[in-house]
Amino acid sequence: MEIHTDVICPFCGTLCDDIEVHVENGRVMEALNACKLGNAKFMSMNKKNRHIVPMVRGEDGFTETTIEDAVERVARMLVDAKKPLLYGWATTECEAQSVGIELAEEVGGVIDSCASVCHGPSVLAIQDVGFPSVTLGEVKNRADLDIYWGSNPMHAHPRHMSRYSRYPRGYFRERGQQDRTVIVIDVRRTDTAGIADKFLQVSPGDDYELVNAFRTLLNGGDIPDEVAGIAKKDIASALELMKTCQFGMLFFGVGLTMSPGKHRNIDNAISLVVDLNKYTKFNLIPMRGHYNVTGFSEVLTWQSGFPFGVDYTRGYPQYNPGETTSVELLSRGEVDAVFVVGSDPAANFPKKAVEHLAKIPSAVIEPHETPTTYLCDLNIPSAIAGIEVEGTAYRMDNVPIRMRKIMDAPAGLYSDREILEMILLKVREIKNGA
Amino acid sequence: MKEIILKVISQPTVGLEAENIAPKVFACKSSMEIAGLPIYEGNRERRLGDFFDVSGEAGEAEAETRIVIEGDVRLTKRIGQGMRAGEIHIKGSAGMHLGSKMRGGKVTVEGDCEAFCFQEMRGGVVHIKGNAGNYLGSATRGNWRGMRGGTITVDGNAGSEIATFMKGGKIHVKGDCASFAGVHMNKGFIVIDGRAERRIGAEMIGGTIVANEVEAMLAGFKPVETVKAPEIESEKFTGNYKKYSGDHADSRAKGTVWVKIQ
Repeated sequence: MEIHTDVICPFCGTLCDDIEVHVENGRVMEALNACKLGNAKFMSMNKKNRHIVPMVRGEDGFTETTIEDAVERVARMLVDAKKPLLYGWATTECEAQSVGIELAEEVGGVIDSCASVCHGPSVLAIQDVGFPSVTLGEVKNRADLDIYWGSNPMHAHPRHMSRYSRYPRGYFRERGQQDRTVIVIDVRRTDTAGIADKFLQVSPGDDYELVNAFRTLLNGGDIPDEVAGIAKKDIASALELMKTCQFGMLFFGVGLTMSPGKHRNIDNAISLVVDLNKYTKFNLIPMRGHYNVTGFSEVLTWQSGFPFGVDYTRGYPQYNPGETTSVELLSRGEVDAVFVVGSDPAANFPKKAVEHLAKIPSAVIEPHETPTTYLCDLNIPSAIAGIEVEGTAYRMDNVPIRMRKIMDAPAGLYSDREILEMILLKVREIKNGA
Repeated sequence: MKEIILKVISQPTVGLEAENIAPKVFACKSSMEIAGLPIYEGNRERRLGDFFDVSGEAGEAEAETRIVIEGDVRLTKRIGQGMRAGEIHIKGSAGMHLGSKMRGGKVTVEGDCEAFCFQEMRGGVVHIKGNAGNYLGSATRGNWRGMRGGTITVDGNAGSEIATFMKGGKIHVKGDCASFAGVHMNKGFIVIDGRAERRIGAEMIGGTIVANEVEAMLAGFKPVETVKAPEIESEKFTGNYKKYSGDHADSRAKGTVWVKIQ
């Protein structure tokens, strides 16, 4: 039996780096230290419901094909399109993302990641008002107040609180839990709220009003007796905790980025953090979902200058979320081919967007069976990044971590990067030859 | 002033980018030359004549050129981008980025206009007879300096986040307005004759907004006084108005919102 230690868990943005995986005869026997979600990802390697040959849709449903044929079909689809969309990227390694961006530029398409339906608004707000942030290591060693707003780490990032915020003993927080205070702000009493010291139940969609009230009180103003369903005294006492802590943290999730107001909620929340720095040290970290969605923003920013939703149709990068992001492009019918890499838009996008996706030529690189693999015309299975392929991923606090390879992929499967390189080569061949 | 008429003859599949449809580009050109100008359908370069039938005559200068577009150009983006003089008359609905960064001249739209129109405008006169989309007269992504001059009149309703980071000029919406009108506003003047959704003037640090009715005011707005028939920015308004100062979420708050008392 092989024992791999310090394995990186390729599931959520917490990117835990202390997993111990036991592998015997190509089967994962155990994934120690991993949470329920991470454990499920490692153990799913033993399941048999995995395509290992590319499938193409014909008149009688899907038929198997070769990797060469599949690569050529994708390359032709991308070259023939006037405005192809290359979407996904959050669950693959940075090296593959880099090739994907080169491909988007080569074919004159739009490249976008899951950030546009998740933490894209956080990025917009950061561009408007700045980003006072720290790394999770500092949170562990210094933070004595953690606020989770619109985020439920008990279920979405299960080890986040045990590794960084609620429980661990840090350099300046020797007593662990006793030295730390947790506030949860959410629309319902989540399991995270159950272990918090203070819970504020904001009425749905009124997050902006609550941030506004916090900032108004902080700046010496007065507020009505009740704002966003919360009594003034509760708002004031939570604010007092924020002002008097030594090192405060605001962690926010999709509950804040995707509730009415979107990037304006984050914009105002960042401004609240900036205002709190007049009293104490305060920072924020977005609770990024997929394990390498942060990495895609990093890689795309190196290569194009913008973090998501980049339009290369004119040969140079253009960026305008709302116009160059996937849901809007698909809903408005502005793209004529879609290439998905490691994502499942068919299950998650609004109906109108998925309807257009079903109408136009489409292809997907995806190791598992998903609604998208059935909706797309072509499906290329790949090796699983972070388990069968090594590569770099970025944690939610923008720290790059090298993911390990712990087992071999089934014979005949290539990594996302290798498949994308083959497609890029083919695209160049077609463009030069035709 | 001479007139060039563009008649829509075919609709693009993935939208057009046509910053070449502008008085400055058309001036001194024959209709044949104009029909040969490049416009972009996705990553393909096409000719203006592929989508429009061009007739009429262009003026000697930008200021002497009037462009009339007959038909629906909802999928055509960037018309009149950066125009400084001349006139554009769209007898239909217009696409995104119409007149963005415009500094002068006149634009009239008979139908609706899509989102992101007249961003960072600095001068000129705009009349939209239908509804306007989101981000009308706003700042481009990441910029903290929005519209600085000119006037925009919308006969219908306007979308959300109009006039973000506004630093001057006037927007008059005769219908209703969605949320976040004048967010981060610094200077300038917005008049809403209908109902404004909540979060009007959010995070504003200057400028003036007048609304006939608001869904709700943010906690950061402080009532100052009630004024009968006030004169605001040298315009007379009838009826009783409640004056708020804000948005006191920001310590620099010097903005004013006037709401009519029903």
